[in-house]
Amino acid sequence: MNLTLKIWRQKNAASPGRFETHEAHDVSPDMSFLEMLDMVNERLIAGGQEPFVFDSDCREGICGTCSLVINGIPHGGHKGTTVCQLHMRHFQDGQTITIEPWRARAFPTVKDLIVDRTAFDRIMLAGGFISVNTGNAPEANALPVSKEIADLAMDAAACIGCGACVAVCKNASAMLFVAAKVSHLNYLPQGQAEKDRRVKNMVLQMDREGFGNCTVTGSCEAVCPKEISLDFIAKMNRDYAVALVKGELKPNNGGGVG
Amino acid sequence: MNLDAKIPPGPLAQKWDRYKGDMKLVNPANKRKFDVIVVGTGLSGAAAAATLAELGYQVKAFCFQDTPRRAHSIAAQGGINAAKNYQNDGDSVFRLFYDTIKGGDFRAREANVFRLAQVSANIIDQCVAQGVPFAREYGGTLTNRSFGGAQVSRTFYARGQTGQQLLLGAYQAMCRQISLGNIRMFPRTEMLELVVVNGAARGVVVRNLVTGEISLHSADAVVLATGGYANVFFLSTNAIGCNVTATYRAYKQGAFFANPCYTQVHPTCIPVSGDHQAKLTLMSESLRNDGRVWVPKRKEDCGKGPEAVPEADRDYYLERKYPSYGNLAPRDIASRAAKEVCDAGRGVGPGGRGVYLDFSNAIQRLGENAIRDRYGNLFDMYERITGENAYRQPMRIYPAVHYTMGGAWVDYGLMSTLPGLFIIGEANFSDHGANRLGASGLMQGLADGYFILPYTIGHYFASAKPEKIPVSHAEFKKAEEGVRQFTRRLLSINGQRSATSFHKELGRLMWENCGMARTRQSLETNLKRIPELREEFWKNVKVTGSGEELNQNLEHAGRVADFLEFAELLCLDALHREESCGGHFRVEHQTEDGEAKRDDTNFAYVGAWEFKGADQKPELHKEPLVYEEVHMATRSYK
Repeated sequence: MNLTLKIWRQKNAASPGRFETHEAHDVSPDMSFLEMLDMVNERLIAGGQEPFVFDSDCREGICGTCSLVINGIPHGGHKGTTVCQLHMRHFQDGQTITIEPWRARAFPTVKDLIVDRTAFDRIMLAGGFISVNTGNAPEANALPVSKEIADLAMDAAACIGCGACVAVCKNASAMLFVAAKVSHLNYLPQGQAEKDRRVKNMVLQMDREGFGNCTVTGSCEAVCPKEISLDFIAKMNRDYAVALVKGELKPNNGGGVG
Repeated sequence: MNLDAKIPPGPLAQKWDRYKGDMKLVNPANKRKFDVIVVGTGLSGAAAAATLAELGYQVKAFCFQDTPRRAHSIAAQGGINAAKNYQNDGDSVFRLFYDTIKGGDFRAREANVFRLAQVSANIIDQCVAQGVPFAREYGGTLTNRSFGGAQVSRTFYARGQTGQQLLLGAYQAMCRQISLGNIRMFPRTEMLELVVVNGAARGVVVRNLVTGEISLHSADAVVLATGGYANVFFLSTNAIGCNVTATYRAYKQGAFFANPCYTQVHPTCIPVSGDHQAKLTLMSESLRNDGRVWVPKRKEDCGKGPEAVPEADRDYYLERKYPSYGNLAPRDIASRAAKEVCDAGRGVGPGGRGVYLDFSNAIQRLGENAIRDRYGNLFDMYERITGENAYRQPMRIYPAVHYTMGGAWVDYGLMSTLPGLFIIGEANFSDHGANRLGASGLMQGLADGYFILPYTIGHYFASAKPEKIPVSHAEFKKAEEGVRQFTRRLLSINGQRSATSFHKELGRLMWENCGMARTRQSLETNLKRIPELREEFWKNVKVTGSGEELNQNLEHAGRVADFLEFAELLCLDALHREESCGGHFRVEHQTEDGEAKRDDTNFAYVGAWEFKGADQKPELHKEPLVYEEVHMATRSYK
């Protein structure tokens, strides 16, 4: 099939961007969307033009690197599917397709279709871990975890950190990402010791990064390639409220020197 | 040069304890005086960076991805082995060790593999403590599944995303150390050269992939955790960015490269659909727990749909040939068996390059929901790529390059032939011999990173006492100039062909002539064609843009340039090894029924290659494989 592509071209964060129009001929329905773009790039190189840069790595839907808005929808709008696993059989001959990067203040554009998502890493640095050094661990079966809890934690931990939730949100809110990360660890018994500080610090960092507020429209859940549930946002809000109500424990600083 | 693996003396089961007892230590207050560079943040790199930082070393970590959490370990699906014996089915450290040695076709180093089995249980403990959500029983204990090459159930898993969850665990441990200031993280940064000063590895030259800036970093030791080289075949299950550059540059600086011909072809991948394809997708080996592999008995039936072939006319060839392991035969054996039936004209699907993986029996026995619960995400992935529903019709699968057992040569302490250069995870050669068993790659990556390197690197610091070398040193400047020149050269050719077209052509040569079956003739063809292709590359490659910006075309061209040299080394190794073992199958060396025929008299050694200069043949060094406690047996899964 033949397609018309309107692709975002932007030299760097400091320069303004624009759409460029390119024709893609002889597209096979068995190609993935990124293989179609590979083909467009190969033809650009052959013609002495600069190829478009876009992020991708594993191309099997798990690394979370690929990040394209296709016809206005992050990852293209197929349930549970990243761009790299979206196949051209879902498009029609003669169709015009617009391709843009994630757009959010906290994800500045790097070049063309690539954005900077290190804000997610900084949220993780604020508390997205369990403080346990290598070698500290007790015998694995010493701490039973019910199947229901393990499954819930796994549902949250399935997040691939792609940022589609931010890209689709009218407020560019990162609540679904942060909620998934907080819930994964806060559900598990291993995560209880740092439960309150984790949720408070990660939410604080999320706000500092310039992500917007959540108005619970659910668009994030709709585009999430791992179908992370909005329920985790409720879980995070509950944990956050409880942490605020509990306040800080004030240790007694006296004694113990010996 | 004498390749001394420095294996500790004493009985096998006591070697690691002996090593730990004898090794020198760095006292806690002195650890902060040592700088360590870790390149690559997959399972082994992230685990090592986090653990070294926890111990007090100053760590700089580099990855080419936009965040360390995206390294390709994340794509491992099935699970991780450990000798916990939770299923009470007769597992033990010795059994895991023996299965791994046997699975590797007696071409791995005995002492390393035993240590791997010993620390395997600690890995599970550590991961659980970090919050890795492994699958559980209703009673709250951990559950297991079976994997190829083993008759016990010892594989721990987190749905079909075990690699993702283990990597997130290691990444989270890294995040904690980054936030504490113990790790400085450099994402979107690619290592382009290793700096050697006075015979020891002392730093790296890296390129910032966003700005193009070249920078120099010095350290007391360099750790390469840069993965395997499967993308030398162009089409593999590796990520687009996976490359051989770091270990190949280290090889050119003096680190020996061992057993490059040991490459693993995974039996259960989605078949190639066309020339446009950029990569192949794996379907986890765990599917073979419940899926049955078959092709029609008669060629005439291959064009029909699977439902039109009655049970009596189906050849469940793995169950037929290997009754005791059946569909769970190891990867090399299952792959070759698939190639054999397809070569005989009994393959299914486009081009006859596919076999069925059929779940209908399991669905009848256990119900569709049970199968969905176990493999739902894999069935979904299969449907997204092929447009077919595997609950209704069998999957079509075909082997694809997946993992590389060869890698930089390391001693028992994971140090290469260059002092101060440590190589861990898939990037080294040490534990899988000529074939890796399923769920052992994750085990080795984390064993190296969490439990082995953190000990051995301290012993190196305490014994070698390296002096600080500033980046103003002449060797750093020389290395930097070399990198700049390499980049300028790539950009100045301005020929007619893209780097991708060269990569694809190289991949075809490698798959056709150095893939699942190799002959003297096919390898000699490659040894003639690869230098010609390389020469054309350096005359006719077209790299657009400049070096001072984000330029994926330039990055890829540099990686392809290294693959074009490395491929020759791989073929040379395959040509010299006149035997068949594991993933290395030489057509000239097979038994009457087509199984691999090892030659223990002449080839029971690790083949480690030394770089001798750009136009010189590399020199082969041999580390004899001495088995103190196991008997080198013919590997049979019948």
